[in-house]
Amino acid sequence: MTKQIEIPEFSLVALVGSSSSGKSTFAQKYFKPTEVLSSDFFRGMICDDENDQSISAEAFDLLYYAAQKRLKQMKLTVIDATNIKKSARARVLALAHEQNVHAVAIVLNMPENILLERNKARAERRLPAQVIRQHARDTRYSLKNLRQEGFRFVYEINTPEELEDIEIIRQKLWTDKRSEHGPFDIIGDIHGCYEELKLLLAKLGYEEKAGLYYHPAGRRLAFLGDFCDRGAENIAALKLVMRQVKEAGALAVPGNHDAKLLRYLNGKNPSMQHGFDKTEAEFAAADPAFKKEAAEFIDSLISHYVLDDGKLVITHAGIKEEYIGRTSACIREFCLYGETSGEPDEYGLPQRIDWAADYRGRATIVYGHISARKVVAKNNTYCIDTGCAYGGKLSALRYPEREIVSVPALKQYAERIKPWADEDEAGLGDLLTLSDVNKKLHIETELMTGIDIHENNSAAALEIMSRFAADPHWLIYLPPTMSPCETSPLDDYLEHPLEAFEYYKSQGVQKVICEQKHMGSRAVIVLCDSPETAARRFGIKNGERGIIYTRTGRRFFSAENVEKEILGRLSSVLRKTGFYADFKTDWLCLDCELMPWSEKAKGLILSQYATTGNAAKNSLKAASLALKAAAGRPGSAPEVAALTSGQNVNLNELVTRYQEKAQAIEQYIKAYREYSWPVNSVNDFRLAPFHILATEGQVFGREKHSWHMENIRKYFTGIDNIFIATPYLEVDTADSESVQAGVSWWLKLTASGGEGMVVKPETYTAFLGQKLLQPAIKCRGREYLRIIYGPEYLTPEHLKRLKVRSLNHKRRLALKEFALGLEGLNRFVKNEPLYRVHECAFGVLALESEPVDPRL
Amino acid sequence: MLLTITHTGPNSQEIGFLLHKNPERPQQFELSFGRAYFFYPEVSSFRTTAALLLDIDPLDLARGKDGSGEGGLFDYVNDRPYATTSFMSTAIARVLSTALSGRCEKRPDLLQKALNLSATLYSLKDNGAQNLAHELFEPLGYTVTIERTLLDERFPEWGPSPYINLTLKGTLRLTELLNHLYVLIPVFDPKKHYYTAEDEIDKLLKHGSGWLEKHPAKEKITRRYLAARKSYVHAALKALLPPGEEESEQAEISAEKAAHNPLNSERLTTVKAAILNSGAQSVIDLGCGEGRLTALLLKEAQIKRVTAADVAVSALEKAAARLKTEQLPENIREKLTLIQASLTYRDERFKGYDCAAVIEVIEHIEPLRLPAFARILFEFAAPKTVIITTPNSEYNKNYAKLEDNSLRHPDHRFEWTRAEFAAWAGEVADKFGYSVKISGIGAADEAAGAPTQMGVFSKYD
Repeated sequence: MTKQIEIPEFSLVALVGSSSSGKSTFAQKYFKPTEVLSSDFFRGMICDDENDQSISAEAFDLLYYAAQKRLKQMKLTVIDATNIKKSARARVLALAHEQNVHAVAIVLNMPENILLERNKARAERRLPAQVIRQHARDTRYSLKNLRQEGFRFVYEINTPEELEDIEIIRQKLWTDKRSEHGPFDIIGDIHGCYEELKLLLAKLGYEEKAGLYYHPAGRRLAFLGDFCDRGAENIAALKLVMRQVKEAGALAVPGNHDAKLLRYLNGKNPSMQHGFDKTEAEFAAADPAFKKEAAEFIDSLISHYVLDDGKLVITHAGIKEEYIGRTSACIREFCLYGETSGEPDEYGLPQRIDWAADYRGRATIVYGHISARKVVAKNNTYCIDTGCAYGGKLSALRYPEREIVSVPALKQYAERIKPWADEDEAGLGDLLTLSDVNKKLHIETELMTGIDIHENNSAAALEIMSRFAADPHWLIYLPPTMSPCETSPLDDYLEHPLEAFEYYKSQGVQKVICEQKHMGSRAVIVLCDSPETAARRFGIKNGERGIIYTRTGRRFFSAENVEKEILGRLSSVLRKTGFYADFKTDWLCLDCELMPWSEKAKGLILSQYATTGNAAKNSLKAASLALKAAAGRPGSAPEVAALTSGQNVNLNELVTRYQEKAQAIEQYIKAYREYSWPVNSVNDFRLAPFHILATEGQVFGREKHSWHMENIRKYFTGIDNIFIATPYLEVDTADSESVQAGVSWWLKLTASGGEGMVVKPETYTAFLGQKLLQPAIKCRGREYLRIIYGPEYLTPEHLKRLKVRSLNHKRRLALKEFALGLEGLNRFVKNEPLYRVHECAFGVLALESEPVDPRL
Repeated sequence: MLLTITHTGPNSQEIGFLLHKNPERPQQFELSFGRAYFFYPEVSSFRTTAALLLDIDPLDLARGKDGSGEGGLFDYVNDRPYATTSFMSTAIARVLSTALSGRCEKRPDLLQKALNLSATLYSLKDNGAQNLAHELFEPLGYTVTIERTLLDERFPEWGPSPYINLTLKGTLRLTELLNHLYVLIPVFDPKKHYYTAEDEIDKLLKHGSGWLEKHPAKEKITRRYLAARKSYVHAALKALLPPGEEESEQAEISAEKAAHNPLNSERLTTVKAAILNSGAQSVIDLGCGEGRLTALLLKEAQIKRVTAADVAVSALEKAAARLKTEQLPENIREKLTLIQASLTYRDERFKGYDCAAVIEVIEHIEPLRLPAFARILFEFAAPKTVIITTPNSEYNKNYAKLEDNSLRHPDHRFEWTRAEFAAWAGEVADKFGYSVKISGIGAADEAAGAPTQMGVFSKYD
């Protein structure tokens, strides 16, 4: 008959048995080669001799190191060594304990004569017979103690025949309910609030049939423990939970109060504090059969469940990421009681450690245990104990909807020892954490898989973020860099729209939109309808309702009142146009251009552009005059000629050359002047929104640009002069007339120094197959480029050299930053934790620290 | 970039012999950074003007010479091709080398003659330091005329141009004029186009020979000519000065730089005493900068562990250099850790110190970020002692150079009065369970208090 050996599919298996007992053959037969760590193998690895016992200590170090790495990955691991000494097994158990995994012992207890026979047959590694006899004795002796030592499962194989016919059955872990997808209604700490529980079930849409509750849509209940104590009907509440679990497929995890009840039911005398007196009074009068049933029920509960493909975890007091899916006494303690510092606080209660602040897992954790007035969401965890017994609420979280449904307590059943926590206190989760960013980052985004940010770039971003950036709670988006078009083959142009049209055409994009590039600075606006929204949605609690920031996350205006006024005016425009109502939102994020450029770049204009213009104009004027005077002067003095060393030069040619230079400078001065106008009041600013990036629940990353343009006209512009629309033109890249119209439009825009235009694919995000395309390509004006490449860049000798430039790096960055920008918005809109949103903006900033030709 | 030299007087065109340039033969010269033209806009028997015009390739400047593989030093948009800079000195040495060295085989008689000369430099950058030209040229006997325009006549509010057209008039030998220009042009704009190398000292000494020793601004000239490279400055000064004077001159240089050093060292001494007084054995120096406080602490036997943290990698590099981390004896080196860290990010590494010193740091934090900083330091890291220093803005009236309401450092986001600091410190202390004692550092002004204020926060047990 086949012998069945049941082991948890994730466990640490120790084979126990004498040399020659057949351990390695057994391991080979029943486990994957990678699952088996054999001491022989590691001896061989170190010293080329599997039998060299002198290096055993080193070999075991290596073996256990590898075993630890495997267990961290939650991989079943088999230790193929004799393990017949208690001290050897202690190491197995210590590792199992450290990794919170069950230890399994499979003992190969072969008859001594067979062992001796096999040993004799061995050519290479024959041991003295008394050693084998000792091994056999040790094996038999071990058998008695294995459970006591801490092996959760012990199996014994006594004959070679038995060994031949074994089936290893890998059991799912008790916590593993990944195949169950809900939808779930997860209910927080009930604490004997039976009436409220029934009300909540009704509110959730459950219907009662013969004392059991069913949801017409097949939703499942999950209870987070602490069914009793403090409330009015503790047994009734517990009974409801028990019946739902046993008869209606509900899930339940135990709470600390349930553990206490179990101790009581098992005959112990727990303290009557924290509302247990009420439960005890009810149980004192209860039917012994029910008591037994209740005890069995609580005893059967598992510390936590992993649900929905690992995306959801439920537990009573919380769980650390590295504990999820594992079982051990230590994890059970954590799940029941949470983590405390060991010192009591001022109310004599254990001081809690904010484990959720450091939680970085992808699974959503729903738990209770710590009562607060509101459900506390932090780093993808939800604490839904809203203190019903204290007169708060009984709450449920609907999953996957993540909706909170609550009913208020009918009355207050117990006094709080500690006052309700301050509502504003978001805990440490509200602070950025260095360990999230001071390393090589690997950021998964919807648009691009795995964007890597190198440590050096992170270090640079950390400095910028810390020294200059606005409160990172606001920075849900940083805009990407933008690449120019390929250089033009035309004689007189460095950049020309034909190349931009050609790029998109070659990438299968027929329709593009050309948007005028305003002569300003990129500005991102985040605006809430009220400071309350800012506090609730962004965690900004200083009364601000919005912000205007630059592409590097710096506050645009140092004068607070300017920002305030602009935001106020924008807000009143949005109210007038009904934006908030139409978009069903109380906040928005907007991509804009803010004019004049001189407002942000005044330092640059003064120190670089104007000074160069001034120096050049003055010296070229003097040079031209001198050259003209020399060229127009009659006379000769041939005598000196013999002494000279240079090449003769034609002065008339020089006069022309310097006239051209002077002209180039005039054009250049004209160009930079276009970007400067004096600002005396807010009325002198101009803001041109061009992307409506996000509102509550929505990111507009898949819309057409025409949608953005139309809605900006509809909701933002034409009411207050400072908000202006962006002129645009749609171009069909397959239609030469349309392309020509695009070129003409650009020529018109740029004739007198206009910055040019941005060509974008029809939709905000465009792909060719799997490949993400450039979200925008800029074509800068011929005159404007003088302030980028220098006043005289159009001189043929210069232009020829400037045309040799590589865009690859810039374009790669543009794509990564684009993907990160949208990712940040997506995460924010999905209410993901601060560190997840921040990571994206941080990533953009880090990429921007890459050295790229700044003129591109 | 243009230089004109005019000779006024009978047979003025004879200057052509001295310049070794035929007035009727305009010429061009290839230079490493572009081209030079030499020609005569004006020739007559009583007035002759020669012009040296430089045509600099802006692309080479920006990108490095094609094929040279060197990165460029400057932006494409740059005043270098147009303003008079040390390129002109180089061109003088190259195009007018004979005249510069004072040779003239054809007409040696002209060499010794003091001539009525004038020179005009166009677009010479003095950054508005109107006195500089006077200070440099008048002691050499020139009449100095300065012409300055607005930076941009369309925007008068932008103020005057940082460039001048400078005309020098004097009666002297041509070689003297050229040597003066050679040395003094680079003094205007110490941003030189080539790296200062040792042979620059030789050039300075050669072309300054006979006049620079006597020039009252010789130290400034030397320093700026050598682009403020200290060791070269000292070597050059040593060669310029009579024996014995050398030390005092050096002292003067450092004193000029370190006008407020006494306060700095008093601050550090006071902070160190407060740290030792708190009984701390482990200290984290948050915002360590170049590591001056850390350096002091490492010398103290009481201190067993110091971590110096700064958000700027460049500051940490300087700190490592200052602390000579490579050369420290092992027992000292083991005390020290340098980390990049931010005061607005919660950081496990901040935990476990007896004392955190935050010296002249908070004023660099955006005021709106201060609450996060306070939580990270007092709530999360929560050392027994926290020492914070920051400027006392009331004292600023004693700094003559500070305009009203301006801050002591361009990166300061705020500076607090004593009342403001006390209010913040008190609030933070209350909120996070600390007591705080505030005192002043530096010689106190009766009304305004001390220049620096210090808060020592102690955690309640």
